[in-house]
Amino acid sequence: MPTDVENWKSEVYGREIREHLFDFAEQGFDSIPDDERDAWFERFKWWGLYHQRNGQEGYFMMRIGTPNGVLEPGQLRVVGEIADEYARGPGTNPIFGDAYADFTTRQSIQLHWIELSDVPAIFETLEANGLSTQQACGDSWRNIVGNPVAGKDGQEVIDAWPVIRDLNETFKGNDDHANLPRKWKVSVTGSADGSGQGDINDLAFEPAYKAVEGGDGSEDAVGFNVRVGGGLARNEPRFARDIDVWVPPERVSDVAGGLSALFRDNGDREDRYNARIKFLVDEWGAEAVRETLQEEYVDFELRSAGRDVREEYTYNAGGGERNDLIGVHDQKDGRNFVGLNVLVGRMGAEDVLELADLAEEYGSGEVRLSQRQNVIVTDVPDDALDSLLGEPLLEHYSPEPSPFMRGSVACTGTEYCSLSIVETKNRQVRFARWLKANVDLPTDVDEFHIHLSGCTASCAQPQIADVSLRGMKTRKDGEPVEALDVGLGGGLGENPQFARWVTQRVPADEVPGAIANLVESFAAERLEGESFRSFVARHDDDELDAFVDPEETDYDDPMLHNTKRTWYPYAENDGLDEAPPTPADD
Amino acid sequence: MTTRLRVLDDGAWLSIDDTREVRVSELWRLDAPDFCGCDLADLIVENFQAVGIDGARIEARVHGQCIACGTTGVTGWIPVGRVHDGEFAEFDRSTVRRSR
Ligand code: HEM
Ligand code: SF4
Ligand SMILES: [Zn+2]
Repeated sequence: MPTDVENWKSEVYGREIREHLFDFAEQGFDSIPDDERDAWFERFKWWGLYHQRNGQEGYFMMRIGTPNGVLEPGQLRVVGEIADEYARGPGTNPIFGDAYADFTTRQSIQLHWIELSDVPAIFETLEANGLSTQQACGDSWRNIVGNPVAGKDGQEVIDAWPVIRDLNETFKGNDDHANLPRKWKVSVTGSADGSGQGDINDLAFEPAYKAVEGGDGSEDAVGFNVRVGGGLARNEPRFARDIDVWVPPERVSDVAGGLSALFRDNGDREDRYNARIKFLVDEWGAEAVRETLQEEYVDFELRSAGRDVREEYTYNAGGGERNDLIGVHDQKDGRNFVGLNVLVGRMGAEDVLELADLAEEYGSGEVRLSQRQNVIVTDVPDDALDSLLGEPLLEHYSPEPSPFMRGSVACTGTEYCSLSIVETKNRQVRFARWLKANVDLPTDVDEFHIHLSGCTASCAQPQIADVSLRGMKTRKDGEPVEALDVGLGGGLGENPQFARWVTQRVPADEVPGAIANLVESFAAERLEGESFRSFVARHDDDELDAFVDPEETDYDDPMLHNTKRTWYPYAENDGLDEAPPTPADD
Repeated sequence: MTTRLRVLDDGAWLSIDDTREVRVSELWRLDAPDFCGCDLADLIVENFQAVGIDGARIEARVHGQCIACGTTGVTGWIPVGRVHDGEFAEFDRSTVRRSR
């Protein structure tokens, strides 16, 4: 039997939702009939609007999809202005204040406390500036990700940006691909560093060489190998599987469309938990996916996989150069890109606007977003570098942060998300500050990734971090407290690895102490020059569990109680019965 | 009168008569020998898998973990509250729930 969601989707879905959305916006939130709310909230996701959790009735998270994280000159300013004007609600965040933007792990932007009545005005401004929320959530083509500095990166094998732009234009708003069984996440990478994180997407294109047909073998063509069925959610993490296909850039759209149609027609519409294509690949095997694609969904002969460059991958690879894109790096045109650390991806609206100014003053005005929740100012000439690096804003958003700041990624959590088990972003900020002040990594280790997800959906991609943290509960002195499961040794690179969950249910206030003890053991027992990831690989789960060793320290956690039982975790009167009324239409 | 029941937002909520009533992240005391070996499981509710009704009693199957012993999995049908005169009342947090 199809699910309720499938029934709603078959009635109204895709572009046509917009008209209804605007009608409701005009007539007010209360004009959505009570018995249709569930259906409309589900549909609004397709237009990037996700209703916030209980206690925040009538407020929405709005996601803006920026393909490959590219914000063209002027667009960051628009985002800052919209955040400043509309992303203000009844709750004030003690660390980030009143209006802010979140840069996400899929190179998008999230705003909170959006009221339905403001949506048409926001859409108008976004669209007048080439931005959109379309398909940022919901069951279809999501924001396409890749190496954020595509087209500029000195380490590039092939420029993926025109390919991504073409895919975005072809499949956004395409009625044949608007209603899929579940989300469809695509990554296209052209650089040899692995920074597109293809392995954890539903569909990945990765750079690869292939002998030219009919050529003499002296010169190989550059294109992409194809992998299918990656994803992290629900305790069922998968890396994308190699389906033994190479495509030239001009065929990417055909193959991507073929696979999206294959998923549309064959994905499980009766069980949403089994719907992602990773489960179809489990069931069929990579070979059958290739055969079906060839026989039913493309009208040309697929070529076998080419020679990939995976052995050169450095991004989140556990050691070596360019583990992330923070800092100053060469562009191929002789200018530079400067990656700045945005702790847990959240930036106050004023800072967003100031960053937009700096990008214009020292670069081309363009800014790009990475999958580690950071921003990159591109096109900075050599002679402007020193002045940019001397700007006061960069003291806070540093190109040379502490490894604990640099390595921090956190999802939305109980502040807004209905699936969450624990508070996340503010907690991760406090963790990072405490670790920076109290823990020393061995001097030759400058990368240490800690990812915190509030539940198993894994939006912060915890399984691919050195230290993975995932929301849980436990009892401390009999009282329920927020806790975290601790996993170790995850990462990407040539041979990606999911973290192993070695220690369960550590009370959140004992986690910094646990990490301090872990780092101490690592420093004492590592082999000469050994990376943390290799160190973890060399030990079994029990040994690692002993290294983790939770401990109370002077770290103080103000969010140990059940933050989900509040209307807003940081409000003075935080009880659910103190929740603000549904916003009035004005 | 039929009661409209749904699991929403990928298992985050139970919607009962079009109102989001029961949410994840609570700890429930569970008498469920088929779930784990504890006398009373201390279940963290992570995800709703299914919702149903037995007479006036609303029940759900939950993906979660017993935080006392670490067992993880999907429970049998657990009562979450009842519908009376068209109004849903959730069981108190401290209620011991028996799964079937
Ligand atoms: C209101 C906040 C959010 C909600 C309710 C939400 C919901 C979900 C759900 C239900 C899943 C798992 C379902 C599945 O795909 O199988 C998921 C996974 C994921 N979400 Fe979110 N999400 C939120 C915020 C974010 C943010 C900020 C990002 C970053 C763009 C994000 C990116 C992801 C990623 C990368 C995964 C993980 C793994 C995968 O691809 O399987 N989500 N989210
Ligand atoms: S990981 Fe869970 S808690 Fe965090 S944003 Fe995603 S769905 Fe919400
Ligand atoms: Zn138990």
